[in-house]
Amino acid sequence: MRALRFLVWKEFLQIVRDKATLAQMLMVPIVQLLVLSNAATFSIQETSVAVVDQDRTTSSVALADRLTGGRQFSVERVTASPNEAERDLVEGRASMILHIPPRFEEELVRDRRAQVQLSLNAEEGAVAGLVGGYAQAIIADFARDRSATIRAGGMEVRPRAWFNATRNYKHYMVPAILVSLITIIGTLVTAQNVARERELGTLEQLNVTPLTKTQFIAGKLIPAWIAGLVIFAVGLAVGKLLFGIPIRGPVWVVMVGAGIYLTVALGIGLFVSTITRTQQQTMFVSFFLLMIYLLMSGMFTPIESMPSWAQMVGAATPVRHFVWVMRAVLVRGAGFETVWPMLAGLGVAGLAVLALAVRLYNKTSG
Amino acid sequence: MNLAIEARGLTRRFGSFTAVDAITFDVKPGEVFGFLGANGAGKTTAMRMLIGLLQPTAGEAWVAGYAVGKESELIKRRIGYMSQRFSLYDDLTVSENITLYGGIYGLGSTEIEDRRRQLVARLGLEGREGALVRSLPLGWKQQLAFSVALIHRPSVVFLDEPTGGVDPITRRKFWELIYETAAAGTAVLVTTHYLDEAEYCDRLTIMVDGRIAAYGTPTDVKRNAGAATLDDLFLRLTRPGASE
Repeated sequence: MRALRFLVWKEFLQIVRDKATLAQMLMVPIVQLLVLSNAATFSIQETSVAVVDQDRTTSSVALADRLTGGRQFSVERVTASPNEAERDLVEGRASMILHIPPRFEEELVRDRRAQVQLSLNAEEGAVAGLVGGYAQAIIADFARDRSATIRAGGMEVRPRAWFNATRNYKHYMVPAILVSLITIIGTLVTAQNVARERELGTLEQLNVTPLTKTQFIAGKLIPAWIAGLVIFAVGLAVGKLLFGIPIRGPVWVVMVGAGIYLTVALGIGLFVSTITRTQQQTMFVSFFLLMIYLLMSGMFTPIESMPSWAQMVGAATPVRHFVWVMRAVLVRGAGFETVWPMLAGLGVAGLAVLALAVRLYNKTSG
Repeated sequence: MNLAIEARGLTRRFGSFTAVDAITFDVKPGEVFGFLGANGAGKTTAMRMLIGLLQPTAGEAWVAGYAVGKESELIKRRIGYMSQRFSLYDDLTVSENITLYGGIYGLGSTEIEDRRRQLVARLGLEGREGALVRSLPLGWKQQLAFSVALIHRPSVVFLDEPTGGVDPITRRKFWELIYETAAAGTAVLVTTHYLDEAEYCDRLTIMVDGRIAAYGTPTDVKRNAGAATLDDLFLRLTRPGASE
């Protein structure tokens, strides 16, 4: 295994010497984190609401006030007439109607449960879902303050908002973006690195030496793994310092998770490099795989809205499992005892894909 | 006597195309053996089989006593290879390339250090050890690549068109290195386009369409064919009817 030390040493020399790639590996993720976290936000602002208040009590007024307390909603009109509100919705003056029925306060105080209705302009399904989700969360907050429950028009509250009381989607998105960045960088850099050596002819030179396939793959994996972890740690620090993302659980669990996850992501890159010949092919195949597993991971779109076959594909993507671990530890404060089954699964996937890469890597052609 | 290379009916087909057609030859230790032929004659394919980069379709061959196609990894410990394309890392320094390959071949630190010193002295690269290989002139790069291919003292070294694109003086220097290497007991198998270089070889083959068309010492092959020069012979073999 002495030869491996020399391979790793050589990779690090090349990484440090190639200023362009070094800058790319360090700066690109940070810049992207800063830019993307703003673009990929799910927050909504100043959505206009029509309130139909048929109760006209302090409770009903308080609920309407609570809705406009944040910056998400602004009340367009308060009326007792459902028809009038309906017209606002149809004619586009309001995107949502909050309908508070008569005896709302009475039921709230007496039964500790009451009902309101939310009507949404569902022209844009995703936006309607978001708006409804926000509104429900605010109503649920309001009910909790009064130790009561309010059923809001039969809509379900999306679980992901439970632990994000401030509804700051950056807390939710930044970890996911970070994961997708190390995935993209890790996969592309390892795959391209091997393809580049193949094109330059240096790979052929290595292939006529007694280096084993395992040594070769390990020699490519280890430097990229270390670099990936550094990038991840920097990204996490940026997320914490600039976006104030919570780190409620132990950091070491996240780092261990990242270490395990990187073996999968880099293993996929190495696997791609064993089945392609040129840098261009490598780029295409890598992007093809990355697009699929990033988009189907549920990171940016809810998995629940995909068809069931797609959900199954999504469930198989390693990205999804690590994003789950990240969110669990960072946002929910879960510890190792909660996430270890997921990490074990990722570890098995990593070993499998690396074994595949070693197997497919061919020192002899034909 | 143990042969450095022995090939018996070595064949490689790609689909219906036969790139190397049942070639039989041998190379003795310490011999400089030339592999001649036009582009596409099968020289490089034959060499790639011998160094374990390509699996033979048929026939048998032994390199350094090990069977080609079956004991590739054992062969790889005993051979050096320099490809047509310059294949050292040009973003590493002279010294780093030497260390890397020394390490890959399992040499110890003191061995690597010793061989580095000898190699640098032999090539006259003193003071340039820390230079990136990229910054060296082509002639030096090729001599360095050759020397690095010898770092583990292989018993056979394969050179695939090692002197392409360099001036006659540098080519002359390169051949001096080849002779030194052979004199130390290493067999050298070299492919070339330059017929004057072929005259420097102890023995040679001329390949035409995957077959061996001439085989022997430069003097023998000329005499057998009744050709005045290798140039003549080469033209007659590769372009039948063109010379008469």
